[in-house]
Amino acid sequence: MSATWVAVLAGCLGCYLLKLAGLSVPAAWVEHPVVRRVVDFVPAALLAALVAVQAATSGSELVVDGRLAGLAVAALALALRAPFVVVLVLAGATGAGVHLLQ
Amino acid sequence: MTDDAATARRATIRDALGLGVAVGLYGAAFGAAAVAAGLDAWQACALSLLMFTGASQFALVGVLGAGGGVLAAVGSAVLLGTRNTVYGVRLVPLLHPRGGLRRLGTAHLVIDESTALALAAPDPGNARLAFTVGGGSIFLGWNLTTLLGALGADALTGPWLAALDAVVPAAFLALLWPRLQRAWSEPAAQRRVALGGAVVALVLTPVVPAGVQVVAAVVAVALAGGWRR
Repeated sequence: MSATWVAVLAGCLGCYLLKLAGLSVPAAWVEHPVVRRVVDFVPAALLAALVAVQAATSGSELVVDGRLAGLAVAALALALRAPFVVVLVLAGATGAGVHLLQ
Repeated sequence: MTDDAATARRATIRDALGLGVAVGLYGAAFGAAAVAAGLDAWQACALSLLMFTGASQFALVGVLGAGGGVLAAVGSAVLLGTRNTVYGVRLVPLLHPRGGLRRLGTAHLVIDESTALALAAPDPGNARLAFTVGGGSIFLGWNLTTLLGALGADALTGPWLAALDAVVPAAFLALLWPRLQRAWSEPAAQRRVALGGAVVALVLTPVVPAGVQVVAAVVAVALAGGWRR
């Protein structure tokens, strides 16, 4: 089995067990204040780290290309409350535009 | 059933179905992102069928796409999946999932949207309805559009591929955005955490194996946020 399949299936199992645990373990384990705060902050840290890595790195190098321009346009669109589809289309058009100009 | 109860029921079903359609758009973005990251359409569909929790799916393919290993990819998906454990605890008093099979099936549908629908419902009966109809319609929409997105992205070349590369970080930003707004609890702290996560990940990128910087950024920042009151 390829490494990608291992990651896919192990990730699925881990995420399912976490869902099942919520319905099965005593509430006090999960409602502990430190656990609650860490869980509250994990998504923002992880999503922001992924935004940065997806937009501005290639392998182990920091790079500036159309992806960063697309991200800037997406941020502007989100600030103007554009719908999800519009945000993605604008980011994609920007990335393609930079590619064609190069 | 009284008129009021019937009206509440219809409103619950309408909201639940509407969310299923809206979330489908994210499914197409996920399918495309998975293919852009080097997964095939089977793997993208397996994730939507079996993992069925959007942010974790995006994280797993994001880390693999950045060249990360199995542990970093699974680690980031599982870190994001801890949210669903907290949701489950909040849902038990509303849903009362009795019996082994019922609990196993209910667990699979515990995600951001189904939890929000159940918690927003006016009474436990509607909460169960909203959770099941909402979770079910999101599951169908999400899996169907994942397949379409994956097949569509497979056919892309040249500037279209550059467009897809730019769409992936924008999709992550769109997932992150609502957490930084005023409606979310502690938006200022969330913004500091997000900025910290991005900076730590970029600083670590040249020095650690690909993908590890994402997990390291999360652990560092979430722990700092967790203990700083």
